[in-house]
Amino acid sequence: MCNVCGCGAGEIRIENEPLVPGDHAPAYKWAPVGGRGAGRAQAHRHADGSGHSHAHADAGGAAVFHPGERADGSLDYGHGPAGAHAPEISQARLVAIERDILDKNDGYAGRNRDWLGRRGILALNLVSSPGSGKTSLLVRTIEALQARAEVVPVTVVEGDQQTSFDAERIRATGAPALQINTGKGCHLDALMVGRALERLDPPAGSVLLIENVGNLVCPAAFDLGEAAKVVVLSVTEGEDKPLKYPDMFAAARLMLVNKIDLLPYLSFDLARAIEFARRINPRLEVIQVSASSGAGLDEWLGWIDAQRLAARDAQP
Amino acid sequence: MHEMSLAEGIREIVEEAGRSQGFRRVRAVVLEIGQLASVEPDALRFCFDAVMKDGIAEGAVLRIDVMPGSGRCMDCGATVGINALYDPCPRCGGYRVQATGGTGMRVRELEIE
Repeated sequence: MCNVCGCGAGEIRIENEPLVPGDHAPAYKWAPVGGRGAGRAQAHRHADGSGHSHAHADAGGAAVFHPGERADGSLDYGHGPAGAHAPEISQARLVAIERDILDKNDGYAGRNRDWLGRRGILALNLVSSPGSGKTSLLVRTIEALQARAEVVPVTVVEGDQQTSFDAERIRATGAPALQINTGKGCHLDALMVGRALERLDPPAGSVLLIENVGNLVCPAAFDLGEAAKVVVLSVTEGEDKPLKYPDMFAAARLMLVNKIDLLPYLSFDLARAIEFARRINPRLEVIQVSASSGAGLDEWLGWIDAQRLAARDAQP
Repeated sequence: MHEMSLAEGIREIVEEAGRSQGFRRVRAVVLEIGQLASVEPDALRFCFDAVMKDGIAEGAVLRIDVMPGSGRCMDCGATVGINALYDPCPRCGGYRVQATGGTGMRVRELEIE
């Protein structure tokens, strides 16, 4: 294990190829844009012979402890808080750091967002519990966008702990898809998506759909550089889910209520589910859809079009 | 277990500060965690020791200061204290409270030797 960053025998795989342990620096040399302090690259090698570099930002602001220098040139270690220096008695002091714990992820997310913005690509991060029907909805969405007279190119990043089943389902539509297996991980992070962008190289003006790991908790915290998080809640789940898992509904801009064709067979209270979600996030937009019957699909595609045009218009 | 990823983020921040400011031992790490942030302090404590192992903050004390949550009520316009994202406005009882404070999580300071 790397003593610098703690990276070690990782289980993250992109298209079944391991993300090289400790191989943290993307080929395009993205340094995190932490905003505090200039990035400074530092390369180091691991005992196993692999090497990589980290971008290091100065936390800045805090003075470094220096022993006092006396007139005769000798060094005084006795001016610290303890008033004396002995190997057992440390000169404890506080250093201000003031850095967000997610600085690094947010830095990479910012780079992804710039990269996508320059190409006018709309990126959506689809999040939900496992089994909400995200992949079926994506397949249906891609088919509809490809059936248009003016085809909208779509690229997909699939996140799952294991298997490439979902990427295979997407590729069957003809859309390029890249599978990221997070191993034991519970979410995609911005660096994984940055890697995927390099590999997929989605065309300018296209739509990038990121299907996050099925998990209603952790992906809420990780910005991937997307334009919006879209949370999918299916009516076969409980209507109280927004209250039970509030972070995800707070982070999302749009909620897709999926499988509405099943409503006649269920006791799911749709109005209550929407009310609960808006308690968490008063600005949340809601569209009701069914990936199997196609209900609500036009409204969802209209929403994508509006975002897509906004991304294209914002392109420098 | 995204608390593990967050603990790794803390480790990177601590190690970077050690390299750039020239200290090799951290005795305490002080975090500020917003009450509305998507992190559970107990879960973070649970991973912290394991993640800091073999680094400059191995064995360090973790202190977590919980920052109170606040939001702006879109119904009555007041800025109010809330304990959870689903709390109603304590002034008007409405649920249209947009979280504005206590949503962050950061490393505030380190006690070093």
